[in-house]
Amino acid sequence: MSTEPTQREDVTDTDPNADVPGLGSLASNAHAHAEDAHTVAAPARVRPPVQVAGKVLPGWAPWGIVAATAVVMAGLVAAIGWNWALWVVGTVVVGGAAQYVVSRAVEGKRRATDRGFTYAIVAAFALALAPLISLLYTVVSRGAARFDGEFFTWSMRGVIGEGGGAVHAIYGTLIITGCATLISVPIGILAAIYLQEYGQGRLKRALTFFVDVMTGIPSIVAGLFAFSLFSIFFGPGIRLGIMGSVALSVLMIPIVVRSTEEMLRIVPNSLREASYALGVSKWRTIVKVVLPTALGGIVTGVVLAVARIIGETAPLLITVGVVSSVNVNPFDGRMQNLAVFAFNSYKSPGVPPEPSIDRAWTAALVLILIVMVLNITARFIYRRFGTEIR
Amino acid sequence: MTAPAHTPVQAKSITATDLDLYYGSFLAVKGVNITIEPNKVTALIGSSGCGKSTFLRSLNRMHELVPGAYADGEVLLDDVDIYAADADPVQVRRQIGMVFQAPNPFPTMSIYDNVAAGLKLNSRKIKKSDLDAIVERALRGANLWDEVKDRLGKPGMGLSGGQQQRLCIARATAVEPDVLLMDEPASALDPISTLAIEDLITELKKEYTIVIVTHNMQQASRASDNTAFFNIEGTGKPGRLVEVDTTEKIFSNPTHKETEDYVSGRFG
Amino acid sequence: MSSTNVDDLQSVVRGGPARGGAGDRVFRGLATGAGVVILATLAGVALFLIVRAWPAITASAEDLPGGENLLAYIWPLTFGTIIAATIAIVIAVPLSVAVALFISHIAPRRIAQPMSYLIDLLAAIPSVIYGLWGIAVLGPASVGLLRWLEDNLGWLPFFEGPASATGRTMLVVAAVLAVMILPIITAVTRSVFEQTPRRLQEGALALGATRWEMIRLTVLPFGKSAIISASMLGLGRALGETMAVAIVLSVSGAITFDLIGSGNPSTIAANIALDFPESSGLAVNALIASGLVLFAVTLVVNMAARTVINRQMRI
Repeated sequence: MSTEPTQREDVTDTDPNADVPGLGSLASNAHAHAEDAHTVAAPARVRPPVQVAGKVLPGWAPWGIVAATAVVMAGLVAAIGWNWALWVVGTVVVGGAAQYVVSRAVEGKRRATDRGFTYAIVAAFALALAPLISLLYTVVSRGAARFDGEFFTWSMRGVIGEGGGAVHAIYGTLIITGCATLISVPIGILAAIYLQEYGQGRLKRALTFFVDVMTGIPSIVAGLFAFSLFSIFFGPGIRLGIMGSVALSVLMIPIVVRSTEEMLRIVPNSLREASYALGVSKWRTIVKVVLPTALGGIVTGVVLAVARIIGETAPLLITVGVVSSVNVNPFDGRMQNLAVFAFNSYKSPGVPPEPSIDRAWTAALVLILIVMVLNITARFIYRRFGTEIR
Repeated sequence: MTAPAHTPVQAKSITATDLDLYYGSFLAVKGVNITIEPNKVTALIGSSGCGKSTFLRSLNRMHELVPGAYADGEVLLDDVDIYAADADPVQVRRQIGMVFQAPNPFPTMSIYDNVAAGLKLNSRKIKKSDLDAIVERALRGANLWDEVKDRLGKPGMGLSGGQQQRLCIARATAVEPDVLLMDEPASALDPISTLAIEDLITELKKEYTIVIVTHNMQQASRASDNTAFFNIEGTGKPGRLVEVDTTEKIFSNPTHKETEDYVSGRFG
Repeated sequence: MSSTNVDDLQSVVRGGPARGGAGDRVFRGLATGAGVVILATLAGVALFLIVRAWPAITASAEDLPGGENLLAYIWPLTFGTIIAATIAIVIAVPLSVAVALFISHIAPRRIAQPMSYLIDLLAAIPSVIYGLWGIAVLGPASVGLLRWLEDNLGWLPFFEGPASATGRTMLVVAAVLAVMILPIITAVTRSVFEQTPRRLQEGALALGATRWEMIRLTVLPFGKSAIISASMLGLGRALGETMAVAIVLSVSGAITFDLIGSGNPSTIAANIALDFPESSGLAVNALIASGLVLFAVTLVVNMAARTVINRQMRI
C-alpha cells in the first residue's frame, strides 16, 4: 500500500494516534479515503511521506533491563545483609519500573504503558507459579525421608515413635475412593445422558443449574450430610468407610455429570442420525454408538474426578474417623485414609514429634504422586482414545 | 465366483397425501401430494430452504427428531401409513433407509462392523457365516468390495471420502430396506467420487426405490427417472411441491413457468 | 461364501421386529431417575443438616458449647470465615485475571497450553497439602513481612499486631486460600477472554491500539461479568475451604480485624474439622448447625454466581 501515490489531508495535532508515527499515519490514511468521495473537487493536498518505522526498543531490551536491575539490586541487598526474597522482589519491582521509564523516554507514553502492563501480567503469572514450585519442592524434599519400603508395607498398629507405615491408609484411600467411584459413575453418566439426550423443560433446566451449584458445595458440608444421614439410622457414634464414600460421591457426581455431558455434546449428531436411519432405537443408539464414541473423553473425566476427590480430607475426618490398623471392610468400623493420615500425623505427632511429621510429609508425597499419575493417565487416555470425536 | 450384485427386487412405492411439515408452529412445507414410483430414482430439486430436505426426512420419520418438529398428513409405504397412530418410527426407519450429505461412518467401528451395524446394533442373533455373506453382498452392491475386502477389520474412518460414502450406502442397504433416501449424497465429494455414486444409484434402483435430494441439476438429469421441483414464495413462507414428472419432461418442457425458470438457471 | 441365497438373506435380515419401545422406556427412566437422585441428594443435604441441627437450634443456651446461645457460638466463626474468604478474593482476583490474560493474550501459543496445565495443577493438589505447606513454609517465611507490616502500617487496624512469630495468621491463611482458588477463577475468566470476538480485537488493533489498549478496550469489558461471577465461585470455594485453615490458623476465637496476630477467629469449616472428632451430644448438633449456615451461605453465593454466568452465556 505504500506504493500508492499520496494525496494529502493534514493530520492535525489532535489526532489521538499522533505519537505512534507508523500506526497513526495508517489510521489517518483510512480516514482520508473515506473523505475522498466528498472532496473530489478540493485542491490536491500533499500527505507526509509514508513512515512505518518508529522509535522502538530492541527485542532484548526488557531482558537486559531486568538483568541489569538484578545486578544492581544484588549489590544493594548485599550491602544491607543478603536476603533472597528481598533481592527477588526488589529486582522484579525496580526492573518493571526501570523498563517503564526507559520505554517512556524512548517510545512514548502509550508504548510504555503497554510494556508496563505486559510486564505486570507476566510477573503475576510467575508469582502464581511460585507457590506450586515451592510446594512441590517442599513435599518432595521432606517426604523423601520416609519414602521407603516400610512405609508401604507397615500400618501404624502398635507403632510408637519411629518406623511404621501407611499401608492401612493407602488401602483405606483406595477402598473409600473406589466405592465413591462405583456410586458416582453410574449416577453421573446416566444423569449426563438424561441432560444431553433426553432432557427438556423444567427438570432439565433445574438439573443443569443445581449440578453447577453442587460443584460448589464445601467438602465439609458433604461430610456432615453423610454423617447426618447415617447417624439418623445408626446413632451418632457411627464411623464407616462407606460413609466417607457417600460424602465423596456428593462431591464427585457433579464433576462426572459435567465432564460426561461435555463429551456427549461433542459427539456429532450425524452419528445419531445414521443409527436412527438404520432403524436402531434411541437407547441402543445411545449405548452402542454415542457412548462408545465418547468413551475416551468420559473415562478421562472420571479419572480427573477421582484425582479431585482422592485427596479429600475434611469429609473423611468426620465420617470415617481414624484408626491405626488395616481395615478393608468399608461397612465395618473406622478406616484410615492418606489425607487424614497426613493431617493427623502432623497435628498430633506425639513425643518425639519428628518421626510422625516425617510420615505426614511422606503421605503428602504419596498423595501428590497419586494425583499426578491420575492426571497424566487422564491426558494419556484422552490422547489415545479421545480422538474418535472430531 | 461373484454373487450377482444386484438381482432385481420389487421395491415399494411411497405416496404422500396433503402432507404438512412443521417446526414447532412454523409451517415449513405445505400440502405435498406425490407418488414416488417403485424401482425408480426420484430427484428432489429446488433452491435452498424450499423444504426438499425436510420433505425427504419426513419420509422415514427423521423429521420429528428435531425437537418440536412434526408432520400432518398421510405417507403410505405401498398401502401402509407410516404416520399411523400405531406405527413405530424405529420400524419405519428399518424399511426406509437414509444416506446423508456428509459420510458418517461410525468412528469406533471397523469397515465390517459399520456394514453390519444395522443388524448388530439391534442385537439380532445372526450366524457369523450369514453375517459375512450379508456384509459382502452389501459391499459388492456399493461397488466397494474389491477396494476393502483385505482390510475389513480396519476403521471405517480410514477410507477416502468417496469410499466412506459408499460404505454408508452399504450400511444402509445391509438391512434390506424398501426405499433409500439420499440427502445430497455427493455434495461433499470430488467429481470422480460423485460419478461413482451416480453410477451406483443407477444400479441400486433394481432393488430399491430411491429418493435423492440434489442441488446439482446435471446430477438430477443424469441419475434420475423422475424429478420433483420444490419452491418457496419468500422467506417465512412454506415450501411447496410445484410439480413432479419424468425428468425428461421437467428439464425439457415443464408445465410451470417457475420450474422452467429454475431448471434453465434463471433463478435459484 | 456367496452360496447363500438372496431370499434367505433377506429373511434373515428382516426376521423379527426390533421394537425399541420397552427398552427405550426403561433406559429413559433410568437416566431421568439418576437426574432426580441428584436433585434429591441436594435437597437431602439441606434436609438432613436441618434435622441434625434442630436439637441445637431449640436447645437452651446453657446446654450449648460456650454456655451462650447458638448465635453467639456461630457468629465469631462466621466472621472468621468471611474475613478469610474476602481477603483471599482480594488477593486472588487480580492475580487470576492477570494469569488468565497471560494465557489467553500474552503468552506465545506454544507455551500457553502447557502453562494452563500448570495452573490446573494448582487445583489438583489436595488441600491438606496446602495446609502443610502453609504452616511449614509460607508461615515461617512471612514472619519478616508481618513484622514489617506491623512496624510500618501498624496504624491500620489490619496490621495492628502484635505480629505473630510463627506466621499462623489470617493473612497467611488468606494467601494460601488465594492460591487454592486462583485456578478456578483463572479457568472461568480465561475461557471468556478467549471468546472475545475477533472483530472487536482486530478493530482495536487496526486503529493502532497497542496490545494493552486492545485488552483494556475489548477483552476486559467483554469479560467483566465473567470476572464477577468467577470471583463469586472462588468466594464460595474459599468460604468452604477446610483443611488449609484448620492446619495453618492459630485460633483464639476473638473477633478481630487484625490479620497478622496469633489470636484469630476460626472459620466454620475449620472449626468443624478440628472439633467434630472429639465432640459428642449437643456439641455435635451445634457443629452441624454451623455447617448449615455455611451450606446456606455457599449455596446463595454459588447460585448467584451461576445465575450471572448463565445470563452471560445467553448473550
